[in-house]
Amino acid sequence: MLEFRKEYFKDERDDRLNEVGQPRQRQDMLGHVTGRTRYFDDHAFEGLLHLKVLRSPHPHARLRSIDTAAAERAPGVKRVIRAADVPVNKNTLLSLINFGKDDEPLLAADKVRYKGEPILAIVAESEAAAYDALTKVRVEYDPLPAVFDVEEALKSGAPVVNETYPTNAFEYHEKYNHQKLRFGDVERAFAQADFIVEERYQMSPIEHAPTETNGSIAAPETNDRFVVHTCTQALFFSLGTAAKLLDVPSNRLHFLGGTVGGGFGGKVDSLTEPLSILGAMLTGRPVRYVLNREEEMLYGCPRGAERHYVKDGVMRDGRIIARKVTSYFDAGAYTRLSSYGAVKCIAHIPGPYTIPNVHAECYCVYTNRTPATAMRGFGITGVDFSLEVQMDKLAHKVGMDPMEFRILNAYRDGDMKAHRREAHNCALIECVQVAAEKASWPIRDEYRRMNSMTGGGGERAVIPPTATDEGGRIGAGRPATSTPPRPPPPTVAPPPRAPVPAAAQPRAPQPATTQARPAVPPPPAPPPPVAPAKPAATPQHGATRFSSVFGTRRR
Amino acid sequence: MAKTPVQFRLNGSDKAVFVDGGENLLNVLRRGVGDMSAKYGCGQGTCGVCTVLVDGEPQLACLTLAETCAGRSVDTALGLSDGPNLHPLQTAFMEHFAAQCGFCTSGMLMAAKALLDRNASPTREEVAEAISGNICRCTGYEPIINAIMDAAAKRGGGSNREQGHARV
Repeated sequence: MLEFRKEYFKDERDDRLNEVGQPRQRQDMLGHVTGRTRYFDDHAFEGLLHLKVLRSPHPHARLRSIDTAAAERAPGVKRVIRAADVPVNKNTLLSLINFGKDDEPLLAADKVRYKGEPILAIVAESEAAAYDALTKVRVEYDPLPAVFDVEEALKSGAPVVNETYPTNAFEYHEKYNHQKLRFGDVERAFAQADFIVEERYQMSPIEHAPTETNGSIAAPETNDRFVVHTCTQALFFSLGTAAKLLDVPSNRLHFLGGTVGGGFGGKVDSLTEPLSILGAMLTGRPVRYVLNREEEMLYGCPRGAERHYVKDGVMRDGRIIARKVTSYFDAGAYTRLSSYGAVKCIAHIPGPYTIPNVHAECYCVYTNRTPATAMRGFGITGVDFSLEVQMDKLAHKVGMDPMEFRILNAYRDGDMKAHRREAHNCALIECVQVAAEKASWPIRDEYRRMNSMTGGGGERAVIPPTATDEGGRIGAGRPATSTPPRPPPPTVAPPPRAPVPAAAQPRAPQPATTQARPAVPPPPAPPPPVAPAKPAATPQHGATRFSSVFGTRRR
Repeated sequence: MAKTPVQFRLNGSDKAVFVDGGENLLNVLRRGVGDMSAKYGCGQGTCGVCTVLVDGEPQLACLTLAETCAGRSVDTALGLSDGPNLHPLQTAFMEHFAAQCGFCTSGMLMAAKALLDRNASPTREEVAEAISGNICRCTGYEPIINAIMDAAAKRGGGSNREQGHARV
């Protein structure tokens, strides 16, 4: 049963609403239980043809020659589709929002970059005929050295996976090979920390394994249009992608969908629609392209693997004073959505904790593995796993209860986040308290009394001077001796703000404060952290959201 | 390729189709007679979304040779309701939010029906066992097991049918 704690979310839901917040039956439920819900494959077409693709057996190879003569003569074959038949054979999914360069062909033209990459397609009278014909295609490959590890891929001399990004890293704003976050001065704080905990975390790719495999059926319609029944999770996104690859106005494509047999992020890549439509265009007949279960599991774009290095400085009393994270997203051979996943990752660091010194870098890296895509909180899930395991290790290191340790370090309303935005609607403390209660996990009274609405702001709302190098950049580290002078904590008058070059200075969403926060905050009298309450400012509630791609803010 | 005529009963109606040698029941149902309620999920008998009843026994249609169904009765989710009146399992699935994407639902319902038809008051373990060959990737199995238990408890009560419609 959903429980809404109005003391924390008092204007999150208007109690006078009649529908919102009320339990209602799903509008598609009757169809589901009567077996009448129509998924993409539940549409019958007279003269339906079946499309299957030839996939690369090599993770990285140059295509020397392709001989389709025997396949074209095979029984039931209507058409062999080659890379040259694709009108615009290069795309990147997020080009629809001007993010990234076109880097992926629909059918491999010169080389293959992952095992299972489609090389050509065969359209035949039956699936069996298409499979038979595939065995008759002769391809000569020149295998190339492959790279499967993100850090190996970034080394100089590593095989170039995707020539669009010759350094094997996605380029942000066409010049940065990673996402960067800087707040305060981690190196200085590490020097003052009582303990340092440094760990490496590795996640494997995860296949969504929907019960319905990816697929679509395209058929010629009247008015020179094509109707497309598809499993896509992103109907207009897939329509735009298909229109671009096929070089047709989008109004020639009539996409029908929205009924998805399990997606979880694995049905946003438009894996099948462009080829189904192209098949229908080239044969004039309805064409169905459905991944079989083996294709779905092996080549159907998983959640990408991630590697995170987390180094924390923690004080004996449990306060984390510095967090340094280096993250690698394994995009596989093509970008798809991984560039965006890395943006989400950096936006999530350092987790929901108030840490005065944060340093993070996140790379979106190309390897000769299956291209990764979206899946349930991708970009966040992996780094959150790493950070929370790290939190347990830190708690153990300082001898604290892991629940109390999280409460101590959690954001309070009014705290400044490492991204220079004030924290609002914080509820981690309350979540931990409820979780502890439900699990009959004992936490001490002082931690049970803490809450997210008090104790934040004030000194905790200050943006610290950000460490820069001699050139005013926040890139490479630099000797601690060049750090602007800071007061020894805790009682000396605050120094003037460190001179941060305008280019590197973050835009604060609030008036500049005159007080710089020391790299290491004063050790509090053992918890609770009792920074002065934020003067007069009523805690803001309500949904303020931030688009991590465009940086726009909306209410 | 030579085709073989096959006659069988589908949800109580006589059907006659020509099938290819080696053609499976799933394909015949979906492409041959147009009953799309059984789904293709794996083609290997591991996911259960193609579960139908053949002479009352749950069978994986993707692994059942169509020719072996000659003269037999096949039941699918399309035939579960009695006209506009939902089967108690269907009502219970609706009430317990036992479907999300719905792709496994037809197979789940047929596996559950086979269970309740032979065991009117199964234990929770028996329900879990009965659907252990049916994979759900959305809602998890708890709401489905709850729905089947509830349907077993209410079966014969009859009053829950109207309620199911009222909530749509």
